[in-house]
Amino acid sequence: MRISRMGAIVGGIALATTVALAGCATGGGSNGADSGVISTNGSEPQNPLIPTNTNEVGGGKILDAIFAGLVYYEADGTPVNDLAESITSTDQQNYTVKIKSGEKFSNGEAVTSDSFINAWKDGALLSNKRLNSYFFEDIQGFSYDADSDLTGLKKVDDQTFTIALNSKLADFPLRLGYSAFYPLPKEAFDSNGQVTKAFGENPVGNGPYKLASKTAWQHNKKIDLTTNSSYTGGRKADNKGLSIVFYSDLGAAYQDLLSDNLDVLDALPDSAFANFKSDLGDRAINTPGAVFQSFTIPSNTANYTDQTAFAHFQGDEGKLRRAAISHAIDRDTITEKIFDGTRTPAVDFTSPTISGFNKDIPGSDVLKYDPDEAKKLWAEADAISPWSGSFSIAYNTDGGHKGWVDAVCNGLNNNLKGMDCSGKAYPTFQQARQLISKNDAGKRDITTAFRSGWQADYPGLFNFLGPLYATNASSNDGDYSNADFDNLLKEGSSEPDIDKANAKFTQAEEVLFKDLPAIPLWYQNTVGGFSTKVENVKVGWNSVPIYYQITKK
Amino acid sequence: MVFYVIRRILQAIPVLIGTTFLIYFLVFAMPGDPVAALFGDKQPNAELLKALREQYHLNEPFIVQYLYYLRDVVTGNFGTSFSGQSVNAVLADTIPVTARLALMAVIIEMIVGVAIGLVAGLRKGKLFDLSSLVVSLLFLSVPIFVIAFIGQFGLGFKLGLFPTTVGADASIPRLLLPAIVLAASLVAVNIRLTRGSVIETLGNDFVRTAFSKGLSRGRVIRVHVLRNSLIPVTTQLGADFGILLVGATVTEGIFNVPGVGQTLYQAIIRGERPTVVSFVTVMVLFYLVVNIVIDLVYAVLDPRIRYVK
Repeated sequence: MRISRMGAIVGGIALATTVALAGCATGGGSNGADSGVISTNGSEPQNPLIPTNTNEVGGGKILDAIFAGLVYYEADGTPVNDLAESITSTDQQNYTVKIKSGEKFSNGEAVTSDSFINAWKDGALLSNKRLNSYFFEDIQGFSYDADSDLTGLKKVDDQTFTIALNSKLADFPLRLGYSAFYPLPKEAFDSNGQVTKAFGENPVGNGPYKLASKTAWQHNKKIDLTTNSSYTGGRKADNKGLSIVFYSDLGAAYQDLLSDNLDVLDALPDSAFANFKSDLGDRAINTPGAVFQSFTIPSNTANYTDQTAFAHFQGDEGKLRRAAISHAIDRDTITEKIFDGTRTPAVDFTSPTISGFNKDIPGSDVLKYDPDEAKKLWAEADAISPWSGSFSIAYNTDGGHKGWVDAVCNGLNNNLKGMDCSGKAYPTFQQARQLISKNDAGKRDITTAFRSGWQADYPGLFNFLGPLYATNASSNDGDYSNADFDNLLKEGSSEPDIDKANAKFTQAEEVLFKDLPAIPLWYQNTVGGFSTKVENVKVGWNSVPIYYQITKK
Repeated sequence: MVFYVIRRILQAIPVLIGTTFLIYFLVFAMPGDPVAALFGDKQPNAELLKALREQYHLNEPFIVQYLYYLRDVVTGNFGTSFSGQSVNAVLADTIPVTARLALMAVIIEMIVGVAIGLVAGLRKGKLFDLSSLVVSLLFLSVPIFVIAFIGQFGLGFKLGLFPTTVGADASIPRLLLPAIVLAASLVAVNIRLTRGSVIETLGNDFVRTAFSKGLSRGRVIRVHVLRNSLIPVTTQLGADFGILLVGATVTEGIFNVPGVGQTLYQAIIRGERPTVVSFVTVMVLFYLVVNIVIDLVYAVLDPRIRYVK
């Protein structure tokens, strides 16, 4: 056979092609082709979809859509009862929760007190290793050191349960909208009462949406949600479903938005900052979010491996130098030039999307760019002890931080005598984080100031203050400690009236403005846009679009 | 022939073990604590961190972790990613997509490259030859992400000929644009190689003999010139296929292709050791298999090549 060899090759290739290509013939529809379904960007959840074990936005976005908790938040952070009939307390320490009757999971099971109690107990147990376990730390019985039952949760009847806290917490009801507090149906638990990974792969919720099918979650690709007719709360969907498409490259998502292949995008690639407003016109989104960014100069060096590194930032000298540094940063220009207006200069330690936010807190003028004042304060500090050495700000290069760190350092070098400020780059977030966190010996190894920030878990002022600056708080990486501040936080937490509580928290911020445990920089804006096919796009307090209100044109 | 194949497969085993060890070591040496990073800026409780580290054996010394891994691999279990998915399932999801994309790119490259290369070789020094030289040099010198962006913006967004990204439904029409982009970045070498090979073959005695026997020009070119010219080209196509199979990370990212390269990139960022090492292991395996297949195809193309031992 003359043609055999050449023919064998051609035939072989043809066969291989057919086999390889045939494997893909079973694809679904394209993005958002179904009318009424909103397509949006997302990322593959880092963990199975269990509410108490999801602490990142990829999974959080899905959980918020398919679950409903006792309360939900409106766009401005105001809490509204969702499943709760009422949440009452006479002493701000013991709460009674009444659940609306007739509420159901999408599998038909009724939502009862047990749906909440069992889910929370599972989430709090140390051996279950839930990433959100710290949300239950204020409930009686919680322990970080050993498996311990949440004895503070007591069932009264199917529609009522009580919560006993370790101390007075006026803003506790406000926290209950966070995903860690969602209820779970019976099928989520195995025979030992533990939430299973299998449930997390195919969760059954009670929210405005539900998974469209058993195969709705296509790993690393997308997840399809459809409306849940059994949901009767205030977040009833105005559209027919949600298709969350996972992108690892935001540039691709932005191209899809421009060509109307994607309806809503709630993040932008850095490369689009400069021209997204002209690209999208009034379809561009750019509003401040509940993300506070700062850099921390350690306040108390007892827990630091190298205690000499921050010698100039202690006591009265330290206060003067911190204020001088804060005055030497031109936040307006940096947010405009480096971030193209996608950051909003900070005027406090919280965020403008939080109720109780105050832009005129006494002492907040330390955040104003004032080179003369900076030079004056710096000279006063030099009179106490002359400046020596250099100053560095640690950052991770995988997060787009180089630009602003260099700009901040330029400001410091230009205005403060002998400052010698430079950025200290670490290749990954993990690496920088490891140096800042305490090592096995309980010491922090970092020897420079470091980038810091906070994204709120629930829309309350306390959430920006307590975990970050209270003595020995979990995320108090600078080891700041001030008794006045601690007392004001405590007073605010036991104050039943929310306005009075916020007044106390504001006073606590006044203390922070004097001590500057972290130098506030700016709030990260929610940036993105929406396609020509949708309308009624608003962004929630937590930077996530309010999907249930979006409608197709 | 059979002996030859067996020998090649046996040779591949130490290569595989060596590469997994090396990759595992490199991933292990990556700075930072992947468990602490799961919590972002928030500082988790020490007991919780400890429990999570124990779950992933991250508290053990390197060699113990590696042995755990080898034990799992031998039992056919590549471990689980942080999201609780088995790495086997992730591989089964992503490999077909990347394989499809690679195959499409290589087919486009082969058709375009061999056709242009053949014509250029036959018309050496003529206008077509020179312009193909200029065009291929252009594609050679432009980085692939530039070609990708131009393709995405021009053909996808402006002209609307193709979808701008691929997404979950990685079907053939949706993969066409990234495949063309990948082919464009590779085709230049193929053109030059085919052209050179054709010119060299044309100068051989057997071609002159074939012409003097009175065979038609078409038959001489098809049977005598093209087939003999294709030997080096086949090697190169095979190598290209191997390269594409192990992930066109940049292109997959730009077009949001849910393939091997993109998943591997994500796993590296998150510090997911099992995913990274398993992906690389499978990639090495692919590369070895593709190379063995290429060597066998030689024998088919050129009967003079025989693998006796």
